[in-house]
Amino acid sequence: MIISVASGKGGTGKTLVATSLALALKDKHEVQLLDCDVEEPNDHIFIKPDIRHQNAVSIPVPKVDEEKCTHCGKCAEVCAYNAIAVVKEYVLTFPELCHGCGACSYLCPEQAISEVANDIGIIETGNAGAMDFVHGKLTIGQAMAPPVIRKVKELADNNKVAIIDASPGTSCPVVEAIKESDFCLLVTEPTPFGLNDLVLAVETVRQLDIPCGIVLNRTGAGNGKTEEYCQKENLPILLTIPLDTEIAHLYSRGVALVEGMPQWRKDFVGLFNKIVELVNERNSDTER
Amino acid sequence: MKEIVILSGKGGTGKTSIVGSFAALAESKVLADCDVDAADLHLLLNPSVKQETEFWSGQVAFINAEKCTQCGLCQDICHFDAINNFKVDPISCEGCGFCSHICPVDAITMRENMAGHWFASDTGYGPLVHARLGIAQENSGKLVALVKQQAKQIAEKDGLDYVISDGPPGIGCPVVSSLSGANLALLVTEPTLSGIHDLERVLGVCRHFGVPSLVCINKHDINEDNTRRIEDYCSDLGIEIAARIPFDNVVTEAMVKGMPVVAYSDGNVAREIKSLWQYISRTWS
Repeated sequence: MIISVASGKGGTGKTLVATSLALALKDKHEVQLLDCDVEEPNDHIFIKPDIRHQNAVSIPVPKVDEEKCTHCGKCAEVCAYNAIAVVKEYVLTFPELCHGCGACSYLCPEQAISEVANDIGIIETGNAGAMDFVHGKLTIGQAMAPPVIRKVKELADNNKVAIIDASPGTSCPVVEAIKESDFCLLVTEPTPFGLNDLVLAVETVRQLDIPCGIVLNRTGAGNGKTEEYCQKENLPILLTIPLDTEIAHLYSRGVALVEGMPQWRKDFVGLFNKIVELVNERNSDTER
Repeated sequence: MKEIVILSGKGGTGKTSIVGSFAALAESKVLADCDVDAADLHLLLNPSVKQETEFWSGQVAFINAEKCTQCGLCQDICHFDAINNFKVDPISCEGCGFCSHICPVDAITMRENMAGHWFASDTGYGPLVHARLGIAQENSGKLVALVKQQAKQIAEKDGLDYVISDGPPGIGCPVVSSLSGANLALLVTEPTLSGIHDLERVLGVCRHFGVPSLVCINKHDINEDNTRRIEDYCSDLGIEIAARIPFDNVVTEAMVKGMPVVAYSDGNVAREIKSLWQYISRTWS
């Protein structure tokens, strides 16, 4: 089963929830934690995994054989991203704009274009005790996170409890991280910013047809509008975490909530049980 | 005219609350909300929208089922696994058009994609350009570039001193886009290990693109040891810490009231943000 953790607004507690959920389950289940916030991955700070393997992530970018090239301009014509240009007797390529679609090399009438790997990030895999750990890191200065996220997700194992930590927002990196999940947890806070971005996140998971539930973090600050919204939209609030200086302080030191305050372990096990129930309900609904 | 972008790496460190306050403090400026897929600045500035424009960007492949012979070539060549059972998944399609070029019976056409809206608005504090990326859409970097370009045009036309941009979290495409052409990046961090880790990465991006940076430590008192770590780290790199803002629930209270914190309170948080803006406006005029 794949459970993704997303939020819309940043800083609402995705990392806290993903790491504590994984740690709370690791003794009873085979657990995998996959950090798909490849721009700013933080799960490793709380999990402190032994990293055993490192693999580069690359996308195929064009390399032009000047001897074969006739400067016909076909490659520039078919490129949707302006990543290749033909100026008189020269072909210029812009790897940072290339999406790696492969159209130029396939369609070059002289077969003058080959695809070479351009590294844009790395994947690190390892474990923390019995838990599998994977994260991706986009290289500084690179713009395209989705190919790195795709590589992290290739390692997700449906037979285990795979927990995916997504990036904030609602655009392509988030979609890439959460699509094909069995369930998406949306972590929010009861503030106007939290609610505004939760509404966008809910629209996104609904568009992807993923069942979702809410974790309401830092209750006590803000207002009651988020709960009203959840009730109106029939979104189950599966866990609430209060605004609490001890919790904030543990987070600041990189200590997972269930390790710093073990009394929370049962709440995260309970959260998982509710998710399993909701996923089973939905599966039996679709079978019917 | 100077362009200042507020970034953080990590989300939720207080970018928007600080930009909202700058809106109330800076006299001659236009505001740009560059966090186009989770925009919040409008919640503090109560804009009245003067102009709403559709954002058309990118394309999506469409297979004409009547012409399609189900040869499967498009499915084989698509690098994004966006075609299954001779249908295009518009969410996975990156709009490269490769399939439309190679389809032997010309059954695939590329359709323009409406990816969101952008708005030119008036607020009680001055003009604001903001946007809303469509749900599950791509090209947020292009929409950020458009928002910035429109804000710049307003600044040039009205002779304004600053474009102040509320940036997105992360270090990827919309962040790179929001940094382009900026004179200064103000990096808002918090004294958590995550905040420090993410600050280091976004600082790396600013240096990569040659944009000068200043750091602001928000909620500095939630972990003074970590605050000192940030100070040491920045001093080693020769980067200035321009403000230390204490934790105070007044920031959330102001947000609930829909007001910039400096307009809602005159406590310690407001005082720190005021002196931060004074410093920036003196140094980067």
